[in-house]
Amino acid sequence: MKPIVAENIVQNYPTKKTVVEALKGITFSVEKGEIFGIIGPDGAGKTSLFRILTTLLLAKSGKAWVDGFDVVTEYEEIRKHVGYMPGKFSLYQDLSVQENLEFFAAIFNTSIEENYDLVKDIYQQLEPFKTRRAGALSGGMKQKLALCCALIHKPTILFLDEPTTGVDAVSRKEFWEMLHRLKLQGITILVSTPYMDEASLCDRVALLQKGVILSINTPKGIISEFGKPLWSIKANEMYQLMNAIKADPLVESCYPFGQYHHVVFKTQENSKQRLENIAAAGNFKDVEIAQIEPNIEDCFMALMTD
Amino acid sequence: MAPIEKVITANNLTKRFGDFIAVDKINFDVNKGEIFGFLGANGAGKTTAMRMLCGLLMPTSGEATVAGFDVYKQTEQIKKNIGYMSQKFSLYEDLTITENIRFYAGIYGLNDAQIKEKTAILIKQLHLEGEEKTLVRALPLGWKQKLAFSIAIVHDPAIVFLDEPTGGVDPITRREFWGLIYEASARGITIFVTTHYMDEAEYCNRVSIMVDGRIDALDTPANLMKTFAADSMDEVFLQLARKAVRTGD
Repeated sequence: MKPIVAENIVQNYPTKKTVVEALKGITFSVEKGEIFGIIGPDGAGKTSLFRILTTLLLAKSGKAWVDGFDVVTEYEEIRKHVGYMPGKFSLYQDLSVQENLEFFAAIFNTSIEENYDLVKDIYQQLEPFKTRRAGALSGGMKQKLALCCALIHKPTILFLDEPTTGVDAVSRKEFWEMLHRLKLQGITILVSTPYMDEASLCDRVALLQKGVILSINTPKGIISEFGKPLWSIKANEMYQLMNAIKADPLVESCYPFGQYHHVVFKTQENSKQRLENIAAAGNFKDVEIAQIEPNIEDCFMALMTD
Repeated sequence: MAPIEKVITANNLTKRFGDFIAVDKINFDVNKGEIFGFLGANGAGKTTAMRMLCGLLMPTSGEATVAGFDVYKQTEQIKKNIGYMSQKFSLYEDLTITENIRFYAGIYGLNDAQIKEKTAILIKQLHLEGEEKTLVRALPLGWKQKLAFSIAIVHDPAIVFLDEPTGGVDPITRREFWGLIYEASARGITIFVTTHYMDEAEYCNRVSIMVDGRIDALDTPANLMKTFAADSMDEVFLQLARKAVRTGD
């Protein structure tokens, strides 16, 4: 059986007035040794899904298996074999770096020495601070310690819920390099993130929005599903340019992307000419127009508005 | 041409905690109505610098003014003339939308007539008609963040400080949020914003990048990309932030 299988998982949280539907029938599976990304904004249902798969929450309906074990009837087996790094820092703030790691090793009847090769790369960066209380560590260091603690019992599957949220671009890059080294050791990784650009670092991704999977594919596959030519345009007055483009009835969407706007037309003939005409009619200067390949965020927004 | 009005000035602004120099002689000005991106890796000193500028933390040395007020002696006036919003803390979840507006507007000294007028404008601008009595807790994150921003500028401050305002927000809402920022800037409100999204850095008029307590670069995004021979602000940021020696928050 595949390391992670989810079939039609539904989760909801009743409130006084209404029922919040966190997951509306989630079905997917993860292959052995894969880095599988759950990509979606806050409120998409990422954490509910992770808590159900790590046996910390019972789904309202649906079935799931982790490492071949049923998440409801065989939860104890799953807990022995998976590593979980929750989105919220959940180590003991009053224990030192080393004490935290020893504690987690002891819970799983192992020792730091036994599985040191697995955490060595990461732990070496923490070693200068090993007597420091976990609560006094920086964000990037906390994240590394949490990863070490999730790895110390040599899990077959690693669940990482938003490990890079609020972390700067440099630390994010380092973290993903660590994940790729772990993948080489055969560990299956399910990781969630609100950063769309991180999708390209996964083998496959599921785009999750409001409890629904919009698409599951390789990052390249998601991009090839976009299906329409995408144009980028830039000029001297970007805000006015956006309004001018949106006023064209044949424009399907126009979104700002850094220094460019990304534009999709409803029809595909003469798109470049149309953009040039809009720019000329508005007297825009320094105009640059190019046809480009969509990125995951383009795809996500197109799927959101479908 | 009228001289450009400076809303923030900082000269050799420094903060030490014991031996640790969190902010190391930073120098910069922010112009009225400007969208100023304040970037840096975790631990570079952004939060400390922001807290000094908001009148919440006394500098060790150097000078700075915010909205014309001195960061040593006029911290109360600074607080009255700025707005602040962060992803972590924004609104009271147990209060309704109008109660939150009323609460913040009241704190900033608006009278009942002004509060009524502002409430009507805000509800309309954010398309929240019919939701006035909804608890903020029940709002989707994106709505919450847009409402929090509008409330942070309910008293028409000279400047609003935004600390990672769009973290975790979906990509369409994130862009709508920037639409609100542009509108506020067009009304003359100065925007001082931190973000981890490098495409957002490109929406700013000028961007500063902090490394190890110093400001290592400050220019328009286009000029920074030229200087660092980079195609995107992401590359500029990585080139600079990689030089950092210290790690920490």
